[in-house]
Amino acid sequence: MSATSEILIHGGRLIDPSQGLDGRFDLRIEDGVVAEIAERIEPKGGDAETIDATGLIVCPGLIDIHVHLREPGFEYKETVKTGTRAAAAGGFTSVACMANTDPVHDNRSVTGHITSEAARWGYARVYPIGAISKGLLGVELAEIGEMVGAGAVAVSDDGKPVMNAELMRRALLYAQHFNIPVIQHAEDLHLSGKGVMHEGEWSTKLGLEGIPGSAEDVMVARDLILLDDTGGRYHVAHLSTARSLELVRQAKKKGIPVTCEVTPHHLVLTDEEVARSSFSTQTKMKPPLRSEKDRLALIEGLIDGTVDAIASDHAPHHADEKDVEYNCAPFGILGLETTLPLCLERLVHAGLISMSRFIELLTIGPARALNIPVGTLAPGKLADVTIFDPDREVTINPEAFRSKGRNTPFGGWKLRGAAVATVVGGRRVGV
Amino acid sequence: MVAEPNAPPTRWTKKDLLGISDLSAGEIQLILDTALSLQAIDKRPIKKVPTLRGKTVINLFFESSTRTRSSFEIAEKRLSADTLNFSASGSALDKGESLIDTALNLQAMAPDMIVIRHKHPGAPHLLARRLASGVINAGDGAHEHPTQALLDGFTILQKKGRIAGLKVAIVGDIGHSRVVRSNIHLLTKMGARVVVAGPRTLMPLEMEKMGVEVAYSLEEALRDADVVMMLRIQLERGGGTAFPSVREYFQMFGLSKERLSLAKDDAIIMHPGPMNRGVEISSEVADGPWSVILEQVANGVAVRMAILYLLSGAHEEGNR
Repeated sequence: MSATSEILIHGGRLIDPSQGLDGRFDLRIEDGVVAEIAERIEPKGGDAETIDATGLIVCPGLIDIHVHLREPGFEYKETVKTGTRAAAAGGFTSVACMANTDPVHDNRSVTGHITSEAARWGYARVYPIGAISKGLLGVELAEIGEMVGAGAVAVSDDGKPVMNAELMRRALLYAQHFNIPVIQHAEDLHLSGKGVMHEGEWSTKLGLEGIPGSAEDVMVARDLILLDDTGGRYHVAHLSTARSLELVRQAKKKGIPVTCEVTPHHLVLTDEEVARSSFSTQTKMKPPLRSEKDRLALIEGLIDGTVDAIASDHAPHHADEKDVEYNCAPFGILGLETTLPLCLERLVHAGLISMSRFIELLTIGPARALNIPVGTLAPGKLADVTIFDPDREVTINPEAFRSKGRNTPFGGWKLRGAAVATVVGGRRVGV
Repeated sequence: MVAEPNAPPTRWTKKDLLGISDLSAGEIQLILDTALSLQAIDKRPIKKVPTLRGKTVINLFFESSTRTRSSFEIAEKRLSADTLNFSASGSALDKGESLIDTALNLQAMAPDMIVIRHKHPGAPHLLARRLASGVINAGDGAHEHPTQALLDGFTILQKKGRIAGLKVAIVGDIGHSRVVRSNIHLLTKMGARVVVAGPRTLMPLEMEKMGVEVAYSLEEALRDADVVMMLRIQLERGGGTAFPSVREYFQMFGLSKERLSLAKDDAIIMHPGPMNRGVEISSEVADGPWSVILEQVANGVAVRMAILYLLSGAHEEGNR
């Protein structure tokens, strides 16, 4: 990290959907904030750091609003340090981390631990998400106000759903005092049962217990009904089915304050991958890889604006934990170091969405969903910048990941797109 | 795909037998032909040949089994293989060792083949990926039970002279059954028409994508069937929660002599065992002249000898 107070990024194609910008612009950063954007800028001072972005894309720093940094408690899987290094390597300048740590992030001392570790390493901004309920037990509200006071930006029991409708209603009401969203991992546990993959043709063929799409849908439907009464803000994490998407689409039309995110893996893979990989545990996550019909519906949601954000649900696990029978493996795969090339190759280069829409889904879209002051290069705003080469050919190599995890189904995939540099608060991040 | 009668003989090239879904009709036919030639051993006064002398087979059973395990062990012994039986209880698995570590330790003792039965689908596939030994799936959860389907196919051929063109009804706890999945692959590859039937609460989603017809009444499934295969309700896997009582189940899906009259006059009754008399099948049917249930068990030995022989590479060595 250098401490230059002025950075000039010149020659690139600057895309900032928050300002409707897409063109050849230079960007000058001064004292950690965006100073100016113009067609041609000369450095003001003599010692300005310059970054030649010719042939590259310059955009607001990418944001992943759904990651698991595993600290405290599961440092053998990931830490704030390694997770944010992975974020920087993948082109992300901000991440929001989930509360299923040990101890659970349900009180301000854990919030403080996460923010101080993040400040210590500085590879990316970390926005902690606190638990909705104490101990993630789904019984009583956690100390949401104190956590927000210490830096939490949202609450979620992610990893577990809030099964109790009354507790959910209370959370939606109480969170409004702090103007933060309640993020739901939408899964009816009675319907998902002992399921390990999507219920459908492939669970039938493989004899694996299924998780029906309805396990997600009934939860989203229930919460939207509650939200209609309570108001406030509600965000659906890793939305994965056609029907949940339609529920969100209709709710948005009625003006109900809901946002949602989808993961790259649900946009790229389907349940057939479990069979194709011969039971590889790298295909096991929650929600499970869904049907082709669901996958196509999610892409439609990116196109028509129903989806607010792409978020990776970066879920590191130790290699030994995944090297077991399919039923015994933990749910979850990595995302921070694969999201950019996967989405560029399969969404942008494939012609499904524009480069600008793609960037919107990873910048101002997620920033608005969590109401965090990033995702834009408007003058005076925090100077978080990602510079990436959309055409560079890469082969995903898990052994080279900065994350402690190696759990990805994308090892060996040949894709186009790679982060070149990130700037966080006006400081260039070295990985 | 149906094997052409005049198709050139298929050679066995696979290291493992993980499921019927991986096999071609030609490979299925090769196993059945090999079983037919090996069956004579069962009829000899001295039931032993030296074919697998010096080969070591480990029977790795993580789930209880009487029929399949005995059948494999007898098949191994008739071929003169050295066998080792390993069961989950009292083993390193009770001490927290992972499946793959247990398997790597056994592998270090250089077995030629490992027969595995496991409650989790895909467990044999995990071993096959990592071990040099041949791996034979003796049942993985609700996924596949290839040797059962092969012995069922062998029995049908023996009784009916063909598989192609027959109507086979499979009735019962379809969702929890590995037998049904392997049989569907085998029977449809060999040209049979398969109808599955059972309570809706035990019928997996999109079952028809396996290439079968789905019926929700026993009568519909039985009509004009050449072969009727009855399945046990797998109470230990939660099959019992799918209907209110065993009595009501038998009223809806139990095979009685009266209902059997809907099938063809020369229909045969099969059951992979273990059988629950009075639940899915009446004693009258199970013990009647239609029943080939014990012949299935007898044929299991020949079919398993054929698989051990083909996987061991003994046929290749003999050709050298």
